[in-house]
Amino acid sequence: MSFLPKPKLHHPKLPTNALGYTRRDYEGAISTLCAGCGHDSISAAIIQACFELDIEPHRVAKMSGIGCSSKTPDYFLGASHGFNSVHGRMPSVLTGANLANRELLYLGVSGDGDSASIGFGQFAHSIRRGVNMAYIVENNGVYGLTKGQFSATSDKGSKAKKGTVNTDEAIDLVGIAMQLGATYVARSFSGDKDQLVPLIKGAMRHDGPAFIDCISPCVAFNNHEGSTKSYDFVREHNEAMNRLDVITGRAPITADYAPGEVREVEQHDGSVLRLRKLHADYDPTDRVAAMHHLHERKAAGEIVTGLLYIDPEPRDLHANLGTVARPLNRLQDAALVPGAAALEAINAGLR
Amino acid sequence: MTPTDISNPDYFHKVVDCQWACPAHTPVPEYIRLIAAGRYSDAYMVNWHSNVFPGVLGRTCDRPCEPACRRGRVEEEPVAICRLKRVAADNKEDVLPRMPPIPAVGNGRRIACIGAGPSSLTVARDLAPLGYEVHVYDEQSKGGGFIRSQIPRFRLPESVIDEEVGYITGRGGVVTHYDQRVGSLRALLAEGYDAVFVGAGAPRGRDLDVPGRQEAAANIHIGIDWLSSVSFGHVEKIGRRVIVLGGGNTAMDCCRSARRLGGEQVTVVVRSGFEEMKASPWEKEDAVKEGIPIRNYLVPKQVLHEDGRLTGMVFEAVKAERDARGRRQLVPSGEPDVVIEADEVLVAIGQENAFPWIEGDLGIAFDRWGLPKLDEATLQSTLPQVFFGGDAAFGPKNIIWAVAHGHQAAVSIDLFCRGEDVAQRPPPDVAMSSQKMGIHEWSYDSAVSLDLRFKVPHAENEVALRDIKTEVELGYDRELAFKEAQRCLNCDVQTVFTSKLCIECDACVDICPVDCITFTEDGEEQELRDRLKMPALNLEQAIYVADGLKTGRVMAKDEDVCLHCGLCAERCPTGAWDMQKFLLESARPKAERVPACATR
Repeated sequence: MSFLPKPKLHHPKLPTNALGYTRRDYEGAISTLCAGCGHDSISAAIIQACFELDIEPHRVAKMSGIGCSSKTPDYFLGASHGFNSVHGRMPSVLTGANLANRELLYLGVSGDGDSASIGFGQFAHSIRRGVNMAYIVENNGVYGLTKGQFSATSDKGSKAKKGTVNTDEAIDLVGIAMQLGATYVARSFSGDKDQLVPLIKGAMRHDGPAFIDCISPCVAFNNHEGSTKSYDFVREHNEAMNRLDVITGRAPITADYAPGEVREVEQHDGSVLRLRKLHADYDPTDRVAAMHHLHERKAAGEIVTGLLYIDPEPRDLHANLGTVARPLNRLQDAALVPGAAALEAINAGLR
Repeated sequence: MTPTDISNPDYFHKVVDCQWACPAHTPVPEYIRLIAAGRYSDAYMVNWHSNVFPGVLGRTCDRPCEPACRRGRVEEEPVAICRLKRVAADNKEDVLPRMPPIPAVGNGRRIACIGAGPSSLTVARDLAPLGYEVHVYDEQSKGGGFIRSQIPRFRLPESVIDEEVGYITGRGGVVTHYDQRVGSLRALLAEGYDAVFVGAGAPRGRDLDVPGRQEAAANIHIGIDWLSSVSFGHVEKIGRRVIVLGGGNTAMDCCRSARRLGGEQVTVVVRSGFEEMKASPWEKEDAVKEGIPIRNYLVPKQVLHEDGRLTGMVFEAVKAERDARGRRQLVPSGEPDVVIEADEVLVAIGQENAFPWIEGDLGIAFDRWGLPKLDEATLQSTLPQVFFGGDAAFGPKNIIWAVAHGHQAAVSIDLFCRGEDVAQRPPPDVAMSSQKMGIHEWSYDSAVSLDLRFKVPHAENEVALRDIKTEVELGYDRELAFKEAQRCLNCDVQTVFTSKLCIECDACVDICPVDCITFTEDGEEQELRDRLKMPALNLEQAIYVADGLKTGRVMAKDEDVCLHCGLCAERCPTGAWDMQKFLLESARPKAERVPACATR
């Protein structure tokens, strides 16, 4: 934890994006998390992704619940909208905000306690309903704020800092998200920004429920021998399925790839996900096969990362409900409060 | 690439750009922190040990440290290092008790210093506390050399010179022979000195050779001689219209002095462009501020005179062109000649060394420019017991170089007198110490000030131009000095990396405000520089590379624009980064000082 703000001075040659902002302009307040926390790297990756996507900060709403991870929205995108909700209730608040104004980019930031324990139901239903958002779980496998008890994502058999062995089965958020209909599912590691930044970019450009499970070592309580979420363990067991590049504005392929090595998926908004395959037989558009593969590799003790599933033609909550396209804050009173006669008409239709 | 060897003192010394650039290697950030802490006497002594004349240099130094200052690479202007030095001098208390004692009984060796300028006085200061009896000869009646004779009083009050010369000549061990010109080195050598140091300066100003020069001689003065006459009160006024020829700092001192002695229309004329002038930018700025036009690309052609009285000068207009071999040359521009009317002309177009008093058969060899042949490191001449320094060594430079020469010569003389090899230079004293006080507490002020450089208050022109002894610069007051001192980035507080502690969590990479840290695959230096998080394009600045990480990658840190804010170390969970103060003091003569342990 630092008390002093990060100096405003930056590298004299720091590049600017299409909006004229530098990466530093996407930063927030200085982090109060423990030194070395993986969450800070994820914040840095979000900053980098938003900078590279030329996102206007005021077009982003960052939502979170309670926990170390849920503190982080204060540390990035200082000029964006934010809401720090009750523990585990971020998905509902995000859903509500999204229904009221679909024009903002929704970034849900949560942790394993917030999403896999107290907010498990909220997490599940927001995915089921197809809320258009980028939902990032900063997953460290422990309750860091309460000094390192196992969380619901701790692997069975992994050891706590004091040596206790976890006897409970872990919730695999990626598996659940895939099963419940997330149309963009990825897993990554806070210690590998080369992989993480493009995955965040892809999620933010995805028009549907995008979910990223990001393993983020807790340096204070879960970075020891016997932990399955430590820097060393994740580096040793990380099995990347693919490497992603997010291309906006159709840049030609410049790198030389062997035939069949690169797969391009065009998203609804025109951005292209260029996937460099690291596993020849892995098809990220086949949900059933992907789920099968995930279980198989997990049994083999590997941590599968990369873009695991993508549906290039997602549907979202608004399409399902047939809501009005305009944000509610731009509708006139007459449309928002149609009056007793309109209510009568609706009621009559239900009789 | 080869991992960085941080045990080599040069590595971290180079990171302290200001100290590295200072010929005397003054520990600049160290004294700036002391000034910020209000410890002016301590700050003064840090300076005094390395540059001998803090009060003088704090007003007149050529400041090689400032263009080197890292701050100038991350924002608009460097820290006002020079003027902060003056603050230490202005606000200090009695520092005499802090100075090294002069032993009551000498070591029996006698050294002669010719000239009482900064280099000679530095030799005397370094050697006297070791028991040497140092005899200083000078033709003037007071010590200081060109500090006293050339620098106008409006830039440097005489009291400051008296004080700082006095710290050397007034504490014993130094015998002054003022008003005594050394006319023969042979005669001096015959007096049996163990070593002789020649710090006699570059006493001859270059003359002008154009038609009319001789006829109007009464109104044409050599710049350095004229400044000297002004300094000693022999000249008190000058004509109404004055031309100053030359573009160096001497020319600036001439024109500004002339402005104060009755010169109403003072014009500086330079052969080449305004940008190419040798004068320091701030000296030019101060001259212009006092209403002195600087006209460039004009080559003197003729002196106009009537009845033996100078009436003006004719100049040929030129322009700069590259010849076939790419060399810059001044060629006539074809424009008509320029006539500038004047009553007097000051010639400040350079200085030459002259040693008519060194007999040709003494064994001291000179090169074809009339300069002594010297070993650049030891300053020893071809006659082993004779050493040179200051402007007498390699031609006109400046005070801080003279001081640096003095230190080196003192080391050489000491080695020589003890019969040791002068080429075996003693290493500098280096100390590294962690600045960590707590999880996020450092013993230095790690916050980075965003203030831009503060201007030094100046006296108004009406006041300043009235009297040549009125100091123009008023100096920073304590409050301004504190603010300016806070701009210093503490480059001597080094980022020290220990690979085996690193868990590669990226915390330092993420927090670094200037993106200077990268963890990546190893490679050849040039290739590695290009693929750092921010490419390391300033090849004069090192990249700090450490291997031995678990993933087999390397840590590469570009030193170029590091703010030394300590955030990498603050965010490091394992202490792999530490902030350690690197304090380097150049070697001083040690004489027969007995090591403390041997006395038990």
